[in-house]
Amino acid sequence: MIEIKNLHVKIAAEDTEIIKGLNLTVQDGEVAAIMGPNGSGKSTLSYVLAGKPDYEVTEGEVLFNGENLLDMEPYERAAAGVFLAFQYPMEIPGVATMNFLKAAMNAQRKARGEDEYTTPDFIKKVKAAAGKLDIDMTMLKRALNVGFSGGEKKRAEILQMALLEPSLCILDETDSGLDIDALKIVSDGVNALRDPKRSFIVITHYQRLLEHIVPDSVHVLYQGRIIQSGDKSLALHLEENGYADVIASAA
Amino acid sequence: MAAVQETIDAVKEIGVEKYKYGFTTDIETEKAPKGLNEDVIRFISAKKKEPEWMLEWRLDAYRRWLTMEEPDWARVNYPKIDFNDIYYYAAPKNFEDGPKSLDEVDPELLRTYEKLGIPLREQELLAGVRRQGEPSALDGDPADSVYASGRVAVDVVFDSVSVVTTFKAELAKSGVIFCPISEAIRDHPELVKKYLASVVPVSDNYYATLNCAVFTDGSFVYIPEGVRCPMELSTYFRINEENTGQFERTLIIAEKGSYVSYLEGCTAPQRDENQLHAAVVELIVMEDAEIKYSTVQNWYPGDENGKGGIYNFVTKRGDCRGDNSKISWTQVETGSAITWKYPSCILRGDGSQGEFYSIAVSNGAQQIDSGTKMIHLGKNTSSRIISKGISAGKSQNTYRGRVSAHRKASNARNFTQCDSLLIGDQCGAHTVPYIEANNSSAQFEHEATTSKISDDQLFYCLQRGIPEEEAIALIVNGFVKDVIQKLPMEFAVEAQKLIGISLEGSVG
Repeated sequence: MIEIKNLHVKIAAEDTEIIKGLNLTVQDGEVAAIMGPNGSGKSTLSYVLAGKPDYEVTEGEVLFNGENLLDMEPYERAAAGVFLAFQYPMEIPGVATMNFLKAAMNAQRKARGEDEYTTPDFIKKVKAAAGKLDIDMTMLKRALNVGFSGGEKKRAEILQMALLEPSLCILDETDSGLDIDALKIVSDGVNALRDPKRSFIVITHYQRLLEHIVPDSVHVLYQGRIIQSGDKSLALHLEENGYADVIASAA
Repeated sequence: MAAVQETIDAVKEIGVEKYKYGFTTDIETEKAPKGLNEDVIRFISAKKKEPEWMLEWRLDAYRRWLTMEEPDWARVNYPKIDFNDIYYYAAPKNFEDGPKSLDEVDPELLRTYEKLGIPLREQELLAGVRRQGEPSALDGDPADSVYASGRVAVDVVFDSVSVVTTFKAELAKSGVIFCPISEAIRDHPELVKKYLASVVPVSDNYYATLNCAVFTDGSFVYIPEGVRCPMELSTYFRINEENTGQFERTLIIAEKGSYVSYLEGCTAPQRDENQLHAAVVELIVMEDAEIKYSTVQNWYPGDENGKGGIYNFVTKRGDCRGDNSKISWTQVETGSAITWKYPSCILRGDGSQGEFYSIAVSNGAQQIDSGTKMIHLGKNTSSRIISKGISAGKSQNTYRGRVSAHRKASNARNFTQCDSLLIGDQCGAHTVPYIEANNSSAQFEHEATTSKISDDQLFYCLQRGIPEEEAIALIVNGFVKDVIQKLPMEFAVEAQKLIGISLEGSVG
């Protein structure tokens, strides 16, 4: 469970406040969708939860399973179960995807005081997870995200999510740049990970994704605050009418 | 006095930060008087029991050196070296002062030997626990055979003398000569006379000439015609004594149709003063022969403010004398305060090939000016240069290379790729390629990139749970992968770790 209380965030290098008193609680097993116009602070929220150093939290707190998330280093947050599927996954030249996966999985296991995977166990796990996402093993021999198509990049993100078994999954515009088929594969991958002990924060512009990943709650983020929350019908309402009337009624 | 020395040593111990080879070995040594003059050269020559012709050769080099000036064209800055403030000869007095069993030897050193696949009884020799020919404490111990599979013959040069060479007898069976150069001068004068300074002439450059005058030891390798050397040959160089220069000389000759793979490793204690290392390496390759020469250089780099460290001024050159001969240089450079080094190939034989694969890592206040020269003289000669420079901290890392085709070198081919990776915002990477084609059929290609480990890449790794230093090592190892793959396997693993260690603390 994640509880965000009165969160205020500014860009560290500037004095611009991006998130201005955001409150949001996502229960275990809940899929919460966050929608909102461009520049409302959606990506900033995902980065702040993951611990990106470019942002400064000026007020408020974030409790992750009762622990103060903001006190933790980014890699500690990852080991504690926070996973961010990036909108633009980074390329790591020369590092085979397989090697990257192993480094990440074992680093997290080490941090939690667990034994590292043996190579056969590791390969077995990767093969099973990759099969579900229609990922060819030859793709995993290529350097991570280097020369990957938009669809391959997003599938690689979901593969990492499946293998790292996080308890909070943040999906930052995972649908951007995907064609219908890829969207279906990615959504199926996400749905397969839905679990009573796992929470999701799904950031998107479009109702389209939410037809595949059906959310339990929908929240509208505008100017750094949640201005309206509802169930999945809210997303449909936004799709038909745009953000104008929601913004107007909040003002 | 002993107590004072102990205190100094204890304080030094505390100061040891990251350089894990910074230990000094406390043994009594015999030194030449400090400074450089003809008497010192006579002293060295006498210590080495050299024939008269060798002494004359040295003195001649010394007299030439006196007329030369220190070069200043490299992109490195350091205070002027006082060549009279250096010991030119230091040797362990006797082995009785050395460690008595392997338990007393630095475990890091033994681990390195283990990784190289050196059997325990050979490790005893290397560590000076046992002399060649003496019975081993391990006789009959089954653990002894554990490393018997992947074997490496090793020559260890400690300050000015070669301490031991392993597997000599076995190599001799196939006609391979692998011995300290001082021994070769005595036992194989015809070979030494024929080949010494035939690739790097005596007055080639300031440091090479100095080396001719004062070189103390190094390795000599001779591979007879048609022989594929049955094991990797390796030399481990260590500068131990304070204010001592190391001037080693390596000479490798591969006769027609032969092959050898040679590795060298270097470490030095952590000291506040700068130490000078001016080596000369010459390779001679005959028709259809090949030499693969790999270096992992980890001399003490000095502290982060540039105090101490080794000045590494090295001349390495190979001559592809026969048709279809091949030389491959692979180097991983992580140490030294100043590096000035350009392992080169003279592609004289028709169809000969030269390769240079390099990883140069600089951190702290290190300065590297390194690269290669590929001199195409023969027809249909080809060369390949892959250079990966990684700069962190306040270091400066320069690639300087020359590719030239002689008038008669028709169809010369070269491919050069120079990639630089910057970590942090206070370091510098520089690429200075010289390309000279005097034959219109030459095809030279040059590619260069400069990149920076971006904060976004780093954050991506962190978000996956990979801690920062591990993440940097991962990204850097990805960057150098093409070169690491060229190293002998046992060395590749070591090199990857070494790169990780060298870059510790380079971010944040």
